[in-house]
Amino acid sequence: MPEPALKHLLSVDDLGGRAGIEAMLDLTDSFVEVLARDIPKVPALRGKTVVSLFYEESTRTRLSFETAAKRLSADTMTFSVSTSSVKKGESLLDTVHTIEAMGIDGIVVRHPCAGAPHRVASWSQASVVNAGDGRHEHPTQALLDAFTLRRHRGPSLDGCRIAIVGDVKHSRVARSNVKLFDALGCEVTFVGPPTLMPERLDGWPATVSYDLDDALVDIDVVYLLRIQRERIGQALFPSVREYAARYGLTSERASRLKPDTLVMHPGPLNRGVEIAADVADSTRSLITEQVANGVAVRMAVLWSLLGSGGPVI
Amino acid sequence: MADPQVLVRGGRVIDATGERVADVRIVGGVVTEVAPSLAPEAGSLVLDAEGCVVAPGLVDIQVHFREPGREDAETIETGARAAAKGGFTAVVCMPNTDPPLDDAAVVQAVLERGRYAACDVRVAGCITKGRRGEELAPLGELYDRGVRVFTDDGDCVADALVMRRAFEYALALPGAVLSQHAEDPSLVAGGHMNEGEWSARLGIPGRPAEAEISIVARDLTLARVTGGRYHVLHLSTAGAAALVRAAKAEGVRVTAECTPQHVVLTDALCASFDPVFKMNPPLRTAADVDALKAALADGTIDAIATDHAPHAPETKEVPFEEAPPGMLGVETALGVAITQLVEPGVLSMQQALAALSWKPARIAGLDAAGHGGPIEPGHAAHLCVFDPNERWVVDASRLASKSRNSPFDGWKLAGRVRHTLLRGVPMVRDGEAQR
Repeated sequence: MPEPALKHLLSVDDLGGRAGIEAMLDLTDSFVEVLARDIPKVPALRGKTVVSLFYEESTRTRLSFETAAKRLSADTMTFSVSTSSVKKGESLLDTVHTIEAMGIDGIVVRHPCAGAPHRVASWSQASVVNAGDGRHEHPTQALLDAFTLRRHRGPSLDGCRIAIVGDVKHSRVARSNVKLFDALGCEVTFVGPPTLMPERLDGWPATVSYDLDDALVDIDVVYLLRIQRERIGQALFPSVREYAARYGLTSERASRLKPDTLVMHPGPLNRGVEIAADVADSTRSLITEQVANGVAVRMAVLWSLLGSGGPVI
Repeated sequence: MADPQVLVRGGRVIDATGERVADVRIVGGVVTEVAPSLAPEAGSLVLDAEGCVVAPGLVDIQVHFREPGREDAETIETGARAAAKGGFTAVVCMPNTDPPLDDAAVVQAVLERGRYAACDVRVAGCITKGRRGEELAPLGELYDRGVRVFTDDGDCVADALVMRRAFEYALALPGAVLSQHAEDPSLVAGGHMNEGEWSARLGIPGRPAEAEISIVARDLTLARVTGGRYHVLHLSTAGAAALVRAAKAEGVRVTAECTPQHVVLTDALCASFDPVFKMNPPLRTAADVDALKAALADGTIDAIATDHAPHAPETKEVPFEEAPPGMLGVETALGVAITQLVEPGVLSMQQALAALSWKPARIAGLDAAGHGGPIEPGHAAHLCVFDPNERWVVDASRLASKSRNSPFDGWKLAGRVRHTLLRGVPMVRDGEAQR
């Protein structure tokens, strides 16, 4: 089994291009098999300690990483800002030194600032996984999305046409996914109002459309991004109703899709805004499967970073 | 007792009048003779300038020495020592202190602290009370304390009417100039780096060039209509440089400065997420860097000022977006200018020294105290003696500043200051600070 030589996973760029990404997805397959067993646990990371260091509220990502670590028999610690010394003014640097002093091997970081995991990696001996940094990246989300898609469209995703719809400007998911989908040969279109597009797209492997109906013609995958209501106050769009009408995947729009077009969303959903409730629950929707695959993907990532390089078992 | 005598021997004198091989004799802090092969008087201090340029002391019209308020990052004493090591004999401290320099008593206190510093310390006063952009600060009272530069630096005077009134009011204060940190606050709100290709890629909220361009355009319009004097602090964009160039051609009373970092570094460095590359206005694109070089070369940009902005190390050891903006500058400015502008042929040595000494001295009214030369008999002996060919490696941990946030850490620079003389007294001698 090919193993990417990884110290940290801060960005999709760290995965080493198509070969490295495919190796990680192949490795994920073997962890899916582990998770299907009666006792879904292997001793691969026994004796290793993984800390989740979350400076933003998160349910699914934190639980997903912690479950992944436990399934690999690692010890886990949770550092949640709301109950910690950060409330007393401790800096990120001091926090990292403090938890590192307890003897840890991996740090899973989520932070509202772009590049915070890169800073942590520069201060720490431990391996660092980026679990979402500001608007910058969310590489394990991109991996689990590609993994989920590959199970339906695979093994090759070459030529797969994907529309990423919504608030691309503020989305770390979009920034990671466009890189990873592109590396696997997909064709990505960003769709949304101009105010929610990145200020410059030089060098991005994506085209842009401001018209959702245009973009959905012959599309293979509609990937919807979460819309945050506070963007209204920033003059980025006028109202939720107008957004839903122009850029939401309504039932009516979904009915015009090809029969085999798939629908994805990183969660949490705003039903009735970026996606109609019945579309989210339809057979096209991979949303629940994305969450399920998150654990196996994160097992593959943690094992690649912290494992001895031996067999998964 | 006779006045102390100094002989600066063996150097090449460069000032606004030209260039010649000459020794410089100083008696009682004043230049008395500039000629080749002068013989030292008995008992005079002889400073070796062999292989060196002897220039008027450098003048930095934008520094933050953090006093009062953030003495953990820098003090007037440490900042001035660092400046002297960088060849500067005069600086203008920005008023964004705590409390701000919007009051004659605070200005007086800062000037007092500067009296024993290693370089002349002047201050800029606020344009508005509390730098809030609403009511005028007591410009006249500050002027009477010697203030010639007024700015709300760090904050832009956003209200056009307030800026217009300040221009008008300052017409009554001969030699006064309004300096602007030209970034429209509504356009840069929440931004941490240049808006462009890199901010989009890194997901760091941006500060667009247009925020600078629009304020410079507005202020030039106001300067034109009022006849007021305007100075653009740390000009950073090609667009603003073009506006200043056109306004100068029209006769608007405008000057501009840029920092060494804006004329050398680009926003691509922010990809490291290291806050040492964070400042306001932000590092821009390679096209802006090229435009700034051209603007320095054709005189559109008059001065190089460092915006020396010390920050205590722990305040920069944080995520990029949480870090305060600003970079150190006084100890590296000359070396960066020589290495990046003079050696590649962008500027002649005389042009570089003009931008680092006599032009900024005139903008801030420091020529009245003899700063910026020329080096001739009867003139105050503020001198910077440096070897333009000596190479050294910047080691941020060994800088004289209290802080360590130099974007040039590890750079190999040409041009090392050997002696800095303030009124004929060596503040730096053979590279070592004397005060």
